[in-house]
Amino acid sequence: MLHDMKAEDIVGDFTEVTLKLYGGLSREVLFTEIETPYPDGKLIVSTTDTKGIITHVNRSFVEMAGYEESELIGAPHSILRHPDMPPAAFKDLWDTVSKGLKWQGFVKNLRKDGGYYWVKATVIPNVRNGEVMGYTSVRRKPSRTKVEECIKLYPTLF
Amino acid sequence: MSYQFTVSPDFTPDHLSGWYIFNTWLQHQTDNAIHLEMYNDFHDQRVAIQKNNVDLIYANPFDAAMLVREKGFKPLVKSLGISDEAIVAVNADNHVEDVAHLKPGIKVAVTEAPDVHMMGMIMLEPADLDASNVEMVASDTYVLVAKHLLKNEADVGIFLAEAYDDLSNMIKKQLRILVRSQISVIHHSLMIGPRLLDQREKIQNILVQMANDEKGKGVLDSLGFTEWQVVNDEEMEFMIDLMDTLTM
Repeated sequence: MLHDMKAEDIVGDFTEVTLKLYGGLSREVLFTEIETPYPDGKLIVSTTDTKGIITHVNRSFVEMAGYEESELIGAPHSILRHPDMPPAAFKDLWDTVSKGLKWQGFVKNLRKDGGYYWVKATVIPNVRNGEVMGYTSVRRKPSRTKVEECIKLYPTLF
Repeated sequence: MSYQFTVSPDFTPDHLSGWYIFNTWLQHQTDNAIHLEMYNDFHDQRVAIQKNNVDLIYANPFDAAMLVREKGFKPLVKSLGISDEAIVAVNADNHVEDVAHLKPGIKVAVTEAPDVHMMGMIMLEPADLDASNVEMVASDTYVLVAKHLLKNEADVGIFLAEAYDDLSNMIKKQLRILVRSQISVIHHSLMIGPRLLDQREKIQNILVQMANDEKGKGVLDSLGFTEWQVVNDEEMEFMIDLMDTLTM
């Protein structure tokens, strides 16, 4: 279940937009310009089912996303979708992993408090007995150079 | 029939005799003839695995995918509470305060341990560093990694966190940690090969009960472990998937 974001959860001045998501879903999203730096030495790990519904998150995921674990399990992964991320990036992700391949890219994620954090994300299909059972996504600290390149590139992809 | 047991060559040297004691204990408990073969390096060990000579292995997480997917191994147990973490450290006199400030061309002292190497290199990525723009200084042990830093023969050292913590205080005073991984889910595992698979459950039970027995507890002590914990197939698959994402 994906709820609209609430003004009382947001820290700082925010902008409001309606985000169109995969599967005809839409979500009211409130976002700020406050960046949370990626913590050194940590990996953010999650798994989803084949439809992109979150089935597992690690502690770093919970800390960085700002949601309670109970709010994340059962929610679509697009709960982290930031309006600055071009839909083409996620189309590429799904096109790649649905072929059974690994996908890697730099992603700006949205926090519950409206802030954001950049990650270098790698997604792989979980193949069990020859069948894709879900996906594992592992994020690590991105280089600032790569993030700066994405900040310039992504607005051109809308 | 005699089986072969081997241990990932990155074991702590202090525990060498512990692995022989463990092997003797395991033979008594399982009524199997098991020969412990310690290979000098990962290359020799992988050759033995490819030749199907190995039946039981305390495996580095980096080799788990190959063991499970190519050689039909299954996980048995892991040491409770022990995960593989890496540390990136510099000489204490080095002015760099943040990994992101390291520059291409630096010398990186590493051991052969593949999982630690991988985690260390991931922690250097925020500085746009990878194997193509750093110079590796191969080192046989973590003490030698430290020595390369102390003699300024390397700019950065990649350590297994446990090995760094075990360095003498005198050495540690002359080093500084830039970053310590907190991954928690990458670990060595004791794994069982096709020829012994019919005994998997029996051996797993014996190992899990080991800490409840006075003699078994003593053997675990000699390995620096407190208890074995079951690793099920899905837990192993999860770690393999995770390692797979990190090698990209």
